[in-house]
Amino acid sequence: MSTTAPPSGPVAALNAAAAAFIARYNDSKARLPGDTHARAEAAALLAEHGLPGPREEAWRYTSLRPFAETPFAPSVPAEPPASLLARIPAIEGTRLVFVDGRFHSELSGVPRGIRVTTGEPALGRIARPATEKLVALNTMLAEDGAAIHVPAGIDGGTIILVSIATGHSIGFHPRHAVVLAAGAKLTVLDLALGDGEYLHNPVISFEIAEGATASHLRIQDEGEGAFHLSTAYAEVAADATYDSFALTLGARLARMEVHARLAGERAAAHLNAAQLLGNTRSGDGQHADFTTVVAHDAPNTASRQTVKNVLTGRSRGVFQGKIEVARIAQKTDGYQMNQALLLSAEAEMNSKPQLEIYADDVKCSHGATVGALDGDQLFYLRSRGVPEAEARAILVRAFLSEALDPIGHDQARGAMEAAIAGWWDRHTI
Amino acid sequence: MLEIKGLAAVIDNKTILNGIDLVVPTGEIHAIMGPNGSGKSTLAYVLAGREGYEVTAGSATYDGHDLLGIEPEERAALGLFLAFQYPVELPGVNNANFLRTALNAQRRARGEAELNAVQFLKLARAQAKALSMPDDMLKRNVNVGFSGGEKKRNEVLQMAVLRPKLAILDETDSGLDIDALKIVADGVNALRGPDFSAVVITHYQRLLDHIVPDRVHILSNGRIVKSGGPELAHALEAGGYAAIVPEGASEAA
Repeated sequence: MSTTAPPSGPVAALNAAAAAFIARYNDSKARLPGDTHARAEAAALLAEHGLPGPREEAWRYTSLRPFAETPFAPSVPAEPPASLLARIPAIEGTRLVFVDGRFHSELSGVPRGIRVTTGEPALGRIARPATEKLVALNTMLAEDGAAIHVPAGIDGGTIILVSIATGHSIGFHPRHAVVLAAGAKLTVLDLALGDGEYLHNPVISFEIAEGATASHLRIQDEGEGAFHLSTAYAEVAADATYDSFALTLGARLARMEVHARLAGERAAAHLNAAQLLGNTRSGDGQHADFTTVVAHDAPNTASRQTVKNVLTGRSRGVFQGKIEVARIAQKTDGYQMNQALLLSAEAEMNSKPQLEIYADDVKCSHGATVGALDGDQLFYLRSRGVPEAEARAILVRAFLSEALDPIGHDQARGAMEAAIAGWWDRHTI
Repeated sequence: MLEIKGLAAVIDNKTILNGIDLVVPTGEIHAIMGPNGSGKSTLAYVLAGREGYEVTAGSATYDGHDLLGIEPEERAALGLFLAFQYPVELPGVNNANFLRTALNAQRRARGEAELNAVQFLKLARAQAKALSMPDDMLKRNVNVGFSGGEKKRNEVLQMAVLRPKLAILDETDSGLDIDALKIVADGVNALRGPDFSAVVITHYQRLLDHIVPDRVHILSNGRIVKSGGPELAHALEAGGYAAIVPEGASEAA
């Protein structure tokens, strides 16, 4: 270890946490399935660089300190409670259910026309453990995952990829890889549920070949003591689309990082998100961070990001959005909008847009707004007989609709609405 | 019956209403006219319950209920309706859903059965048609992208669907062409009857040619300075406020 950190403080705590993870890797590496070389490399990276700390620009607003102080044990095979199973939306498609990070075949189906392999981590080709430390952590400790391949020209329908966490103080690191061959189509409804305190550190990648369309719709509805740290990668070839929407409702500390590379001409990425945050039952404010990096690496590529935050109690929302436009990527069209509705005096929003543009003929715009509910709108609704709480709910939903409306998948949209309604029942706005 | 006694209100430490006395018996339509800044809109907002106004004296009751002590939504459920001078845009809120939510909230508060989507749409479409409005208006977001005239017509459509017992129209005629003005007037006249009353706030005589009031009141400096029959509006049109408002009124304020 090259660190010269003082013996106490956040850096020391993070170093200790990294050391504990590495010790667990050393204990279990003989039985972990899959690519042992990649694991060893990731362990070396982690030993050298540690976990992301407060001195890194990309981690300025999100501290892993609370997570560093919680010990996470490896998970053991478990059966999920009916209460969690009941929260999986009944939508058409094939379920792939992971319980505490392990594939659960009895709860899962077998899709037609596409290939799914489980039983070991699906490392994929595009994840970057050398750059993203949590991806290194995932690579080092991943035990299972789904490798999904949709052949050329095939519409693979909908995969409901479910993570259920049942254990307290466990840590799990599922690793999924989705590959769409030319002209293929697939919707992945990516759902994270759980109860209790645990660490869920998934990595998922989408390789999207020419003319293919991947729709990645996510609902993060983890237990309120949970840590959700996920990283998604998308590499989008010519005329292909990565269309994503991420709904964040749960976890005490959450970070979703999305790295999308528009690699071929006319490739498009939509990275829309909504974060609804409040206090946990113990009165702590939730913290959730949505961080995106979109690399425009080919001409005529387009990216769209609409990120909405609804913050109550003492919650804190973070949005960091980086758009990188390479010299070759002329006629890039990039749009980014981040809006936050602060419903309490103690809620806080941190917003950091970043544009790095090396091409000279591009159209890139970004904007951010932070504010409270509009008093005139509230009065207008109430003057028509709508009670205050209902009026507030209507206005918050209207605020969210701009991010939800582009979801073309009606059943998934319904599942999002149902999850939001569940959040509503747990929080006062 | 609407009964306002000695009503005084301030906003940002500025007195806007300065002792209003007004009685609108059930079944009657009264017009309130007055120059800019005389307190017309403030009176409308205070009656509807908008935040930001402090009532410093007086009372306002409707059929014996103390209006000033209850929430805006409770006033609406009692049958009060304010047609806004500047209708508010609600992006992301569908007009039909908005109206159905409002109607059902009022019906629920009154212990009446709620309307389902089919029943509601039938009612709303019939009212839209009666007011010569396109169905399309119901599908759009509330007032978003509406022209000034469309916004005012949308207020009248809401009034037609909600069927209030006491309507306050705050300069609903401003910015309307003659055709739109007639639609607004038709909307009010359609509700006219022994159980309906209205307070029509306006600058101009023109609307009162179409909605003929039982009484006309002149508001100046937060106080009603003159009341009379419909002829008072004509006198005002002919001579302006200066001819009507007694000099003492402005000095007293």
